[in-house]
Amino acid sequence: MIEIQDVTYRYDENQIDLALNHVSLDIREGEFTVILGHNGSGKSTIAKHLNAILLPSGGKVLVDGMDTMEEERLYELRQKVGMVFQNPDNQIVATIVEEDAAFGPENLGVPPQEIRERVDFALKAVGMYEKRNEAPHNLSGGQKQRIAIAGIIAMMPRYLVLDEPTAMLDPKGRREVMKTLRYLNKEHGMTIVLITHYMEEAAQADRVVVMDHGQVIIDDAPSMTFANVALLKSVGLDVPQVTDLMFRLRQSGVYLRHDLLTIDECEQELEKRLREIKEG
Amino acid sequence: MLTDITLGQYLPGETVIHKLDPRTKILLTIAYIMALFFVNTIAGFALCAVFMGCILKISGIPLKFIIKSIKPLWIFVIFTAIINIFMTDGKIVFQIWVIKATWEGIYLAVIMSLRLIFLVMGTSILTYTTSPIVLTDGIEHLLGPFRKIKVPAHEIAMMMTIAIRFIPTIIEETDKLMKAQSARGADFESGNLMARAKAMVPILVPLFVSAFRRADELALAMECRCYHGGDQRTKMKQLHMQGRDTGAFFIAAVSITLLIGIRYLPGLI
Ligand SMILES: Nc1ncnc2c1ncn2[C@@H]1O[C@H](COP(=O)(O)OP(=O)(O)OP(=O)(O)O)[C@@H](O)[C@H]1O
Ligand SMILES: [Mg+2]
Repeated sequence: MIEIQDVTYRYDENQIDLALNHVSLDIREGEFTVILGHNGSGKSTIAKHLNAILLPSGGKVLVDGMDTMEEERLYELRQKVGMVFQNPDNQIVATIVEEDAAFGPENLGVPPQEIRERVDFALKAVGMYEKRNEAPHNLSGGQKQRIAIAGIIAMMPRYLVLDEPTAMLDPKGRREVMKTLRYLNKEHGMTIVLITHYMEEAAQADRVVVMDHGQVIIDDAPSMTFANVALLKSVGLDVPQVTDLMFRLRQSGVYLRHDLLTIDECEQELEKRLREIKEG
Repeated sequence: MLTDITLGQYLPGETVIHKLDPRTKILLTIAYIMALFFVNTIAGFALCAVFMGCILKISGIPLKFIIKSIKPLWIFVIFTAIINIFMTDGKIVFQIWVIKATWEGIYLAVIMSLRLIFLVMGTSILTYTTSPIVLTDGIEHLLGPFRKIKVPAHEIAMMMTIAIRFIPTIIEETDKLMKAQSARGADFESGNLMARAKAMVPILVPLFVSAFRRADELALAMECRCYHGGDQRTKMKQLHMQGRDTGAFFIAAVSITLLIGIRYLPGLI
């Protein structure tokens, strides 16, 4: 469990607004948490506190009981809490897919044979094993982002934190990444913290945390969060029409897939459901 | 356009030469370069040509690629040739005012040019048959022992890897920027040198800004992956010398002995 206890943070002394304003939050094991919030609401700042890129100005962050302030255990901490960023191009270090996946374990001093096993496992987990000998620059954005995820998985973390990993991807790439994350969460019990601007992605989480001005204003199940359209609007978040429609239909008991991102897909899904209902 | 550029000049292949350990290839290339400085007869270069021919044949590199790599040399060849022909004392072939060409000079010019050509040929066989990343790995291993005297072997290799990794990314970005500027009416193709250089400014500025941003983000991502230099670092892929490496060393030893030997056996010619 990651415990964020009354954390405040300011980027520089003269800043009046706190980037984090007394945030308390627990990340529980096995949970898929999405963090939403308008630009500048403090999402990235909180993510960077989870693996000691930033250290709290006030309060405490405990990862499995280990204080992130403990400098001697920094590598242990970063191995436990893996982090993926927005631009896959700026995270991939090596020129061959499998060598990039090996980068983390190599830094940790894992024996070569075990690195091999971990790399194979990680690449299979993100569905990129077939591309292990290719050059990353020949792959699509979604594939590159999955390699970045594999690079973290190979370090065998307990927590996977992703800061807008789908922001630069096309709908297909976004779907690939979301599928990978759901798979890791369901099949491998990976704890996931996903920061995103896409409501469709938030709808697939176990829990949605909404931030505004450095504070947590909602921390609830997606269904409860999205029911609060007025509050979401007041902090500059919009429930997209497609999500809204699908969400309301699902609420009223119509069985619909919840991983649809585009209008076309939703149209098809609705058509299919209508036909099924008509045929009885 | 720009995106057609291939990475380095590596020609993938499955030949023995391709499969040799990079350390073997680097060491033998260095030995070959040193041996070249002992070769100073036409017979010696003929022997060299035979060796190179054999290696080319085995490695399956088309001759035209080698010619391509030698082409840019002509300016150096002409330059050294002129200096040698006119600056060497000896039997005069012809004389214009105080400038005189000598037989000895011509001979030296030919030798120097051949030496330069064979040198580039040898190193380009190395880069044609070894992928940049494997080459980097080899360099890191070879420099390993020098870490004791503070040679940052791992750091040098890491820098090279990152540079190689980002070349295609930056090229792609340049291409995008050029297209974006062309759409706004920028002209990169015509005009004099000044005009063209000026047209590049709106490309270079954003390119630099973005390169710095990339460096920043990459550094952060590497830190998150526990990167802390070469200490206590392991490698997934270990380099292993094979039987073929021993064979290559043996063949090279014989060839180099021959190359150097021919210099001291003028009677053979
Ligand atoms: N390096 C920095 N130096 C100074 N202030 C910063 C820095 N990074 C962020 N801030 C400020 O801290 C606040 C929170 O920023 P943060 O990056 O956490 O927001 P965010 O929710 O991730 O936004 P976005 O959706 O744009 O990524 C903002 O007001 C921002 O301007
Ligand atoms: Mg952010």
